[in-house]
Amino acid sequence: MADNETVEKQKRLTHGDMVKTFWRAGFLQGSWNYERVQNVGFCFQMIPTIKRLYKGDDKETAAALQRHLTFMQTTPVMTSLIGGISMAMEEERANGKPIDDATIASVKVGTMGPMAGVGDPIFWGTIRPVIASFAASLALSGSGLLAPIIFFVAWNAIRLASRWYLQKIGYDQGTNIVANLGGSLIQKLTTGASILGMFIMGVLVPRWTTINFPLVISKATVNGKTTVMTLQGIFDELLPGLIPLLLTFMCIWLLRKKMNAIWLIFLMFAIGIFGYWIGLLG
Amino acid sequence: MSAISVILLLIVAFLAGVDVVLDEWELAQPLIACTLVGLALGDVSSGILLGGQLQLIAIGWMNIGSAIPPDAALASIVSAVLVCGPANLSVSNGIAIAIPLAVAGQVLNIFVRSLIVLMAHVVDSRAKAADIKGIDGIHYLDMVIQGLRIAIPTYIVTIVSPQAVQGALNAIPKVITKGLSIAGGFVVVVGFAMVINMMANNEVWPFFFIGFVLAAITKLNLIAFGILGVCIALIYVKLSPRFNAQSTVVEGAAGEETSSGGDDIDRALDEL
Repeated sequence: MADNETVEKQKRLTHGDMVKTFWRAGFLQGSWNYERVQNVGFCFQMIPTIKRLYKGDDKETAAALQRHLTFMQTTPVMTSLIGGISMAMEEERANGKPIDDATIASVKVGTMGPMAGVGDPIFWGTIRPVIASFAASLALSGSGLLAPIIFFVAWNAIRLASRWYLQKIGYDQGTNIVANLGGSLIQKLTTGASILGMFIMGVLVPRWTTINFPLVISKATVNGKTTVMTLQGIFDELLPGLIPLLLTFMCIWLLRKKMNAIWLIFLMFAIGIFGYWIGLLG
Repeated sequence: MSAISVILLLIVAFLAGVDVVLDEWELAQPLIACTLVGLALGDVSSGILLGGQLQLIAIGWMNIGSAIPPDAALASIVSAVLVCGPANLSVSNGIAIAIPLAVAGQVLNIFVRSLIVLMAHVVDSRAKAADIKGIDGIHYLDMVIQGLRIAIPTYIVTIVSPQAVQGALNAIPKVITKGLSIAGGFVVVVGFAMVINMMANNEVWPFFFIGFVLAAITKLNLIAFGILGVCIALIYVKLSPRFNAQSTVVEGAAGEETSSGGDDIDRALDEL
């Protein structure tokens, strides 16, 4: 049934509008503010649609602009999906369908929360840290300009492709998509992304940290060979990466106690300085 | 510093200032920003090295909700100017300086984002007048302000004499600088903790420990771990009873004419 409606719909947005909206969506957070967060950017993203549908009608234009200046806060990439849905709704409204302001507002409010729930772990929790730590390790192993180029190209290829296809899915599916936000696909994506993210974080804890306890615990001379056992040696016997793991858990605990991240970084520096001063760290 | 270097540097600083707020192109991420500063000032290799180390520290600095993270742009750009420019600081000193800069940038960012509340109200009145060009103009102006937030402090740093910077750093005792560089080896755990806190729940904690043990004991590289991670995630999602119960229902419905929208999304994804 939904498919029939799509076919009969008198389409008025052009491919050019899609491209313009896609480009403008990349400036979403330019007017990020404490009151309504991404509202100006979302309106900025909707302007090609508003121009196309309501050109020459100042009253409708003003109403549409104000509709899209309400509170908006989600993962930036996901506004392409919400934008696509809004484009489809605005188009139906302009074609005379009874879609009022409250419907458009409630669809936006209803989607931005779940979209942030999916987008944050995928983009900020997995894709960016994985690319960033891979590129950083390349940089530190002396691969030169290749490292920052890989970071830039890999991230932006994923981001731009996501924005384009999310906008397309949003526009093609319109409000159908909203009815299925609780569906298994979203949950599968969120869980899968969190599993990959947690797995990679577990990998990075021992791999991208260096900590050394040069303190000598014992010196034994057997058959003329001197074996020196340092504190670090004992930790490595237990499990390499054990101390970074404990430090990570200390940070997780302190963050949950609402300690500011920047104070935690200062705390790490204090541990480094104090540890070196008493001769425990080197 | 030649005039051309300063101009290139200020362009990089401006773009980083805009993009750290947009969070789109990731030009303000330390690895990219420090490399660009290195290119502008003619010392790329130090820029990449500094950027790589700062990147590991900044890995968890994310724009989540309304929380404003430490500012990667000011930290990367100014510390890279001091390392790659005439002051010629060591990379470890550059990192020590980057942290207070990140806090300063964060405070500036909070200030600017509060100021933009006023601009958003101007946008409201422009919307009432159906003035599309006016809305566009204010949105661009807001981005210019965010760009200048980084470009102006960067310019000030370029006119401070390099000897003064070196003199100030040489006055710091060795126990501090050495201690800071030791801490530079493990300060990244703060970032890891932030990312973990965002994703962690009882269901996914075991995967953290699987990754940890494999990385601590084996010699697999990161690409191998990436492949393993994707496979584990796919297998879990496929086998988990939670999703199986639902997918049977969806599969059952897919064969009938009255398909649910969930299939539409699945189908749309397949078609891509």
